[in-house]
Amino acid sequence: MATVELDNIKKRFGPTEVIKGVSVDVEDGEFIVIVGPSGCGKSTLLRMVAGLETITEGELRIGGTRANDLEPMDRDIAMVFQNYALYPHMSVAQNMGYGLRIAGLPKAEIAAKVQGAAKLLQLAELLDRKPKQLSGGQRQRVAMGRAIVREPKVFLFDEPLSNLDAKLRVQMRLEIRELQAKLGITALYVTHDQVEAMTMADRMIVMNEGIAEQIGTPLDVYERPASLFAAQFIGSPSMNVVRAEGRDGALHVGDMGLPNPTGVSGPVMLGLRPEHLVPDAQGPITMQVMLTEPLGANTLLHGKLPDGSAFTASLSGVHRVGHGGEALRLSVAAEHMHLFDATSGARMDGD
Amino acid sequence: MGAGDRPLTPRMEKRVTFKGWLLPLCLIAPQVIISAVFFFYPAGQAVWQSLFIPDPFGLSSQFVGLENFEYLLGDPYYRASFITTAIFSTLVTLAAMIPALFLAVMADRLVKSAGVYRTLLIWPYAVAPAVAGVLWLFMFNTRVGVVAWYLGQLGYDWNHVLNEGEAMGLVVVASAWGRISYNFLFFFAALQAVPRSIIEAAAIDGARFWRRFFTIVLPLLSPTTFFLLVVNIVYAFFETFGVIHTITSGGPQQATTILVYKVFSDGFVGQDLGSSAAQSVILLVVVGLLTVLQFKYIEKRVHY
Repeated sequence: MATVELDNIKKRFGPTEVIKGVSVDVEDGEFIVIVGPSGCGKSTLLRMVAGLETITEGELRIGGTRANDLEPMDRDIAMVFQNYALYPHMSVAQNMGYGLRIAGLPKAEIAAKVQGAAKLLQLAELLDRKPKQLSGGQRQRVAMGRAIVREPKVFLFDEPLSNLDAKLRVQMRLEIRELQAKLGITALYVTHDQVEAMTMADRMIVMNEGIAEQIGTPLDVYERPASLFAAQFIGSPSMNVVRAEGRDGALHVGDMGLPNPTGVSGPVMLGLRPEHLVPDAQGPITMQVMLTEPLGANTLLHGKLPDGSAFTASLSGVHRVGHGGEALRLSVAAEHMHLFDATSGARMDGD
Repeated sequence: MGAGDRPLTPRMEKRVTFKGWLLPLCLIAPQVIISAVFFFYPAGQAVWQSLFIPDPFGLSSQFVGLENFEYLLGDPYYRASFITTAIFSTLVTLAAMIPALFLAVMADRLVKSAGVYRTLLIWPYAVAPAVAGVLWLFMFNTRVGVVAWYLGQLGYDWNHVLNEGEAMGLVVVASAWGRISYNFLFFFAALQAVPRSIIEAAAIDGARFWRRFFTIVLPLLSPTTFFLLVVNIVYAFFETFGVIHTITSGGPQQATTILVYKVFSDGFVGQDLGSSAAQSVILLVVVGLLTVLQFKYIEKRVHY
């Protein structure tokens, strides 16, 4: 159990900078999810915390002490890999006890700890099996078990659920979260799945091209995305972003005039979440519905605005709107309109 | 990343079915013909000849049944040759595999220049055993050899022509030298195939380099190690003839006369073709038994 501090961490591979300065203070026992598309540097960042990649610049502190130059084994961390990285020639019990054996613990103590972890993860029956005799979900649990028996200061997860099927993923998501809360061990969790990020994180780091676009609680990021990227990456279906221009006290999108809550003038990017749109016969937004996706609890309407930009609305309940280009009028509450700078993509707030 | 994962579903069996019998026959014919001409026919001849004793001039031969074998098994020289072969092939296998593994581990640690080392380390394999034998013979020649001269400067009087231990050492080194390249290639490829994430997991679990090597890497290399063990023992038994012939010709005394060399020297130098044939039959059986033993007992400890 420890804090983890990243202080302007950078990583360069030759001339290319893949991590361009990330700073975050992770509190003791916090569950941090690092989320972003592939190639954004999230795994590299995690591997630098693990000690598997060197840190080009900046300082990493685990439990308050500088860890930049420590070998992985001296950092007191445990990691769960995407492909689980189980030792194929060892049984489940040997896999889980390997770290303890290296640490030189007496055999009885190792066996007791492995038993304890196995009970926690429902692996007690499988201790004598080899990894190749296990299913994907069981392998995942063994990898978890190997991490928890050592009672490390920090857990690192590198996309641990991406090789599982959808149903198992939802179940393991909850299990990992519960386990981490029970043990109270600080965790850094890398994923490209924004649903995982939203559901698991105490706080999340939204990464894009080596930059932390936003660091905050899931709801924070959802309600007040700091940038266009964070706005579009988090939320499903993703946020509609259209070009708008503020003039004459209104916000113009093509021919449509929307309220202008912040009184901005000039070109901006306007972000509207599909689920914040409501049908309104007098609404300022007119969309042409080309395709409907009835999901039961809500209905997704895909279409376009008069200016031709693609637009999606998610209306609660069942809506039998035709989809041959039928016009639908919608409105949105002022607090659900997100404005971003047209060039930098940064959030623009009235306050 | 996913290299460590085995497919969870059983592999699909692919079987090609032929309609006629002519095409399949043509396809296996080259292999069958080569085996027949170069293996089954000579082996049959050897078995046949082992039952006869030719007269000293090679003009006629007399059927003697199993007398050749009886004589051999009672012959102290032949039994000595068995022990020599055991020592020689053990030493050659160890001397060819351990340095190869060490070099492969070292080359595997390099990121940029591994290719250069790999290329350079392959070169000795291109040298034919007999040529390698001559090369080492020159270096250790008691009168003009470079190494022998330096050893002399250090006060060590090298003479493999007279000293049996030195003769054995020299043929072992000369035989193993070229094999190191071959083994290196296999070990290097096997090391590269060990999933990086497993090594990283072991590092995070607290194991340092050599600990990781002995507890994780070496067990994962066991299929390769087993394969090389078989191949190297067979090499030491049969293919080292050229080295021994050029360096020691089986001497001094019988110190480096391994079984296959004795087949040659008894048959073609001693002109006792019956005994030579009997020896080659015994050799065939020994190698067959060795291979069966290896597959039966060592394979169980191999983690595929």
